[in-house]
Amino acid sequence: MLLSSDDLGFMIEGVFSFKIGDHTLWITTSHICLLIVFLVLVIFSFFAKAALTKGGEVPSGFRNIVEMIVEMLDGMVDNTMGKFAPSFRNYIGTIFIFILFSNISGLLGLRPPTADYGVTFPLGILTFTIVTIQKFRYQKVSGVIKGLCDPWPFWLPINLIGDFAVPISLSLRLFANVLSGTVMMALVYGLLKVIAYAWPAVLHVYFDMFSGAIQTYVFCMLTMTYISSAMETE
Amino acid sequence: MNFTGSGEMFNDAFILGCSAIGAGLAVIAGIGPGVGQGIAAGHAAAAVGRNPGAKGDVTGTMLLGQAVAETTGLYGLLVAMLLMFVHPFKTN
Repeated sequence: MLLSSDDLGFMIEGVFSFKIGDHTLWITTSHICLLIVFLVLVIFSFFAKAALTKGGEVPSGFRNIVEMIVEMLDGMVDNTMGKFAPSFRNYIGTIFIFILFSNISGLLGLRPPTADYGVTFPLGILTFTIVTIQKFRYQKVSGVIKGLCDPWPFWLPINLIGDFAVPISLSLRLFANVLSGTVMMALVYGLLKVIAYAWPAVLHVYFDMFSGAIQTYVFCMLTMTYISSAMETE
Repeated sequence: MNFTGSGEMFNDAFILGCSAIGAGLAVIAGIGPGVGQGIAAGHAAAAVGRNPGAKGDVTGTMLLGQAVAETTGLYGLLVAMLLMFVHPFKTN
């Protein structure tokens, strides 16, 4: 039963490489899974748009589902952000659907793209950028400086670390949760290959669907919380 | 398994073994989030018992708090994964 880590298929693998100058760039399984998720979402959005634009007075079939999804996402943003909600519905809804599809793509045999730190860190950076821009827009430069020197001026380094820890902890949380699910499934399929029939489906429901949905919700909730706390002015 | 030939004091097998022990120690970090999430869930259950109407809000708040509390455990997991699969202390 001794297996090396090469037999457990959860590492990111290079598919092909090409050279630009001195650098070798690899197209990995993450890129391909990301592309698949992207294509699925684009096709879904085309169908959704078609369903929303034609339709008569009474919505039916697919249009009901699309309207339900949109209402659910908008309701979530409205509940959390209050009066700031209208300008962030699009962004939050987009990252929600993207992260959700990425997380549950493990069900379809893909390696979830969010189990790659190169995918989640940009998401954290996006949140950080939005938070910083809104902070400067709503609190002005004086307010930002005052917030950084909050109890006393020599607290500045700690407040700076606190600000820069936001994207790192956000992205690491998502990454590590999805990665742990991926590793657990790889261990089950790699080490218990002989008896892995049907029952791993239960683990898939937990690790891919439940954990993935919870982490998606948490990422979006935390993003909204950070953004609205940056926009609040006393 | 060359324990004598290379002349290095810490060869690869030794480093791999120590990395595995370190990975095992690192995931002890999972104790903290377990206790913390249990306390959060217990208080959430008590809150729902007192005020069943607020079940949705309580559940959302509980999940958010639990996810934040989970972070330290995940850092332990990351350290363990790095030690096991990336081999940062390997010499070559």
